[in-house]
Amino acid sequence: MRQFTYTRARTTAEAVTAFGRAGREARYIAGGTSLYDLMKLGVERPLHLIDIADLDEMRHVDTAGERLVFGAGALMADVAENPVVRRDYPMLSESLSKAASQQLRNMATVGGNLLQRTRCPYFRHGAGGIYPCNKREPGSGCAAIGGLDRGQAVLGTSSACTAVSPGDWPVALTALDAVVELTGPAGPRSLPIADFYLLPGSTPDREFAMLPGEIITGIAVPKTAAGRRSTYHKIRDRESYAFALTSAAVALTIDGGRIRKAHVAIGGVGTRPWRARQTEVLLEGRPPTREAALAAAHAAFAGARPGKENAFKLELGARTIADAVVIAAERKV
Amino acid sequence: MTDRSNDETIGITRRETLHGGAVASLALATPPAPAAAQLPAPARLPAHAREFGLQLATSINGEPVSVAIDARSSLLDVLREGLGLTGAKKGCDHGQCGACTVHLDGRRVASCLTLAAKADGREIVTIEGIADGETLHPMQQAFIDHDALQCGYCTPGQIMAAIACVKEGHASSREEIREYMSGNICRCGAYVGIVAAIEQASTKMRRA
Repeated sequence: MRQFTYTRARTTAEAVTAFGRAGREARYIAGGTSLYDLMKLGVERPLHLIDIADLDEMRHVDTAGERLVFGAGALMADVAENPVVRRDYPMLSESLSKAASQQLRNMATVGGNLLQRTRCPYFRHGAGGIYPCNKREPGSGCAAIGGLDRGQAVLGTSSACTAVSPGDWPVALTALDAVVELTGPAGPRSLPIADFYLLPGSTPDREFAMLPGEIITGIAVPKTAAGRRSTYHKIRDRESYAFALTSAAVALTIDGGRIRKAHVAIGGVGTRPWRARQTEVLLEGRPPTREAALAAAHAAFAGARPGKENAFKLELGARTIADAVVIAAERKV
Repeated sequence: MTDRSNDETIGITRRETLHGGAVASLALATPPAPAAAQLPAPARLPAHAREFGLQLATSINGEPVSVAIDARSSLLDVLREGLGLTGAKKGCDHGQCGACTVHLDGRRVASCLTLAAKADGREIVTIEGIADGETLHPMQQAFIDHDALQCGYCTPGQIMAAIACVKEGHASSREEIREYMSGNICRCGAYVGIVAAIEQASTKMRRA
């Protein structure tokens, strides 16, 4: 691992200033569960670490206003167990508690989680010339295309990259139209989460619409009554502590036995958290039965481009959505 | 650190590390001597490494500890290599197996993915710090009673995770225990005993 300087910031402003002084080879570090892991693998090689885990101004969880507001530094474990989040937005709570392990949820923050890098094995384990990877070394090629691709994305892929977006929490936030609050050298700004994640295209090394030196300070979620009828349904190779093969975040408004409005986003299948708009439209006016939901769910994969070993994700993904619709519909409001 | 090629440049041989470690563990086991006197000599960082080195001041199992570290060090490596506290184990070194679990400010964390620098000013409890003198912690006793191990390599991490699991209130059923212990892998497959041990200890810990 390359040597680096380590600085602990006491305020957000101090962190941004420190980053400005340190230059582009600096990284902010909060929980470090993703960054430090990738440093051990030689994928991340920062010269300066600026620790932002101690910023009290970013720890708040505010459920009282018109929006849920999560300070970026709030821990995954704490947000998962927040009683209001659990009761009114089970989808958000489940997306956190079904991610990682309790040890990691005690370390990782809900802001840092938005920036988790892909688990593509060629990205993680190919540093030092072992495997090409356009995300790690732009222009070097992609070993996953034509390689072992069981875990790769089927939606939003390009000829440069098929790496899957690994998160659960970002998928749930995508379904609920969350807004990412940022600050940086040019001051604070907000980005809808739909604009926060970039498609790989020809530049898979650019994953987030963040500017150099910017920090995520918080996440805001518009409140919706559909939150109570919601779930984050996650299918894994083992029952717990694994990344999603497929997942679905579903929140429903039901009126007279029919779905009036549906929020649907899916994980484990896209190069970024994937909003299933077509499925949402098809669900409207339908009863929340598995049959009706499955027909609508297949539409989410209309544009899918599977590789050699991951075509199973199309059917598994559709069934995951359909099951999530049934689970959400059965929730008491 | 994982970068073994740098061992020489930080000027510590394996022999010295083991020696220093033994001194540290003895010292930690004999309170209440003044903390500074108990510590091994600070690692001798060469000039080029000094700007990347840090002084870590923390509390380990109730004892104040001050130690020079390479900024790259994981908390696990400082505990094991620097301070001779080899109870926490290095399994995967990537936060995937749970063998390195310790408590940081009362919460269970993966010490292999915790930058040691982050422990500055905080309280660490390791498997070495949970018994009350000669009396085992109820969780340790329960692991013995239920034969909840075979090779034992994952056991310190299992026990530290299990104590936290009970204190968090996540041990109300077998299903919940299994879910909240899923970050601790046991390759011998002693899971049935582990779950039974946690059920037993959970009752005792609630009574205590």
